[in-house]
Amino acid sequence: MNKVVNTVSEAVHGIKDNMTLMLGGFGLCGIPENSIAELVRKGISGLTCISNNAGVDDFGLGLLLQKKQIKKMISSYVGENDEFERQMLSGELEVDLIPQGSLAERCRAGGAGIPAFYTPAGFGTEVAEGKEVREFNGKPHILEHALHADYAIVKAWKGDTEGNLVFKATARNFNPMMAMAGKITIAEVEELVPAGTLKPNEIHTPGIFVQRIFQGARFEKRIEQRTTRTK
Amino acid sequence: MALDKNGIAQRIAQELRDGWYVNLGIGIPTLVANYIPEGIEVEFQSENGVLGMGPFPFEGEEDADLINAGKQTITTMKGASFFDSATSFAMIRGQHVQLTVLGAMEVSENGDIANWKIPGKMVKGMGGAMDLVASADNIIVAMMHSNRAGVSKLLKACSLPLTGVGCVKKVVTDLAVLEIKTGAFHLLERAPGVSVEEIQAKTEGTLIVNGIIPEMSF
Repeated sequence: MNKVVNTVSEAVHGIKDNMTLMLGGFGLCGIPENSIAELVRKGISGLTCISNNAGVDDFGLGLLLQKKQIKKMISSYVGENDEFERQMLSGELEVDLIPQGSLAERCRAGGAGIPAFYTPAGFGTEVAEGKEVREFNGKPHILEHALHADYAIVKAWKGDTEGNLVFKATARNFNPMMAMAGKITIAEVEELVPAGTLKPNEIHTPGIFVQRIFQGARFEKRIEQRTTRTK
Repeated sequence: MALDKNGIAQRIAQELRDGWYVNLGIGIPTLVANYIPEGIEVEFQSENGVLGMGPFPFEGEEDADLINAGKQTITTMKGASFFDSATSFAMIRGQHVQLTVLGAMEVSENGDIANWKIPGKMVKGMGGAMDLVASADNIIVAMMHSNRAGVSKLLKACSLPLTGVGCVKKVVTDLAVLEIKTGAFHLLERAPGVSVEEIQAKTEGTLIVNGIIPEMSF
């Protein structure tokens, strides 16, 4: 089944104002930067974005925030973005902060047909407010619900025409679970290869979870914290 | 004399045991990796999806696709592995990680911890901290005993929004090693040259001092 679309414009076709998107990545690592740039160019607004982070002021989701295209963020950590903090404190931006493991599992559950699950994370904190509490093995847990998205946009290292994906190093992060949880999943890859090129044993995300795939025109792959040691 | 951040990390490193998988938080906890005792093998987990985290790369060898949870460029050790975020937190929630070291703004005498939010001020989010503290059996908090204004961070009750309840069992500060049990801080060790009286004065929560308290040894 050929999932290839030729341009980023074709890839994001159908994304409309006020939709819910999942966007893969951890910090600026493994983010779908070509698709984000296209959403900025198209001016699609009122978006609810489910993403572990919110980018930095001038890269990643920060670009959508600058143009006020995001209505609500569902994230676990947003510390690197001044504009985000300003919009949140002024009430312009709705924010739902979720423990990182619960965010990952809620995406996974959404894709795996599990409506909700219990986790100990957040019990006794403001995260637990209004949530069902149940004790298992003498320990309190809270009920967390699955997350779904109209579109999930993920970034992989290599992908084939069938939509099979291979991620590189820690750029994998949230991408596999989000790929599962999108009604339509768009994969942008650094290298698009013909089906049969990738070894079946090495596929991280099977093509069944991907509806559209394209090779990104350009990847800046910006480093957020360049830390080195001297020889 | 009170310890500096490296001293706190060095003292915590003495708690490491051979064969442990360890998650180190951002800040002082990261420094623990510099003081692994001789003859001990531990593997560091970073919740963004790597086991077997190594030191920072040499200049020019940074890889944008290889970072730790603090978004810093890193390297990997022999035998390292990569995985997605759900698998990473399965390791944490499933208690496959033997030790978690993290920083805190406040800790209370019943083991509550606050380290993610100052209402009306900073908005950063909890990241993986709530999952880590709710699940780990063995949590060590690394922090300064007082804040910059000189106010104790070891309290009867946390004033900031909580990250987890009743989960911290050990705290290592610039002044002391303390165990939290039976609703109190139990003083185990003093930093070299720091008196019990000074620790008492700088601990707002209930402090139990049993017998002679030894100095930390390095």
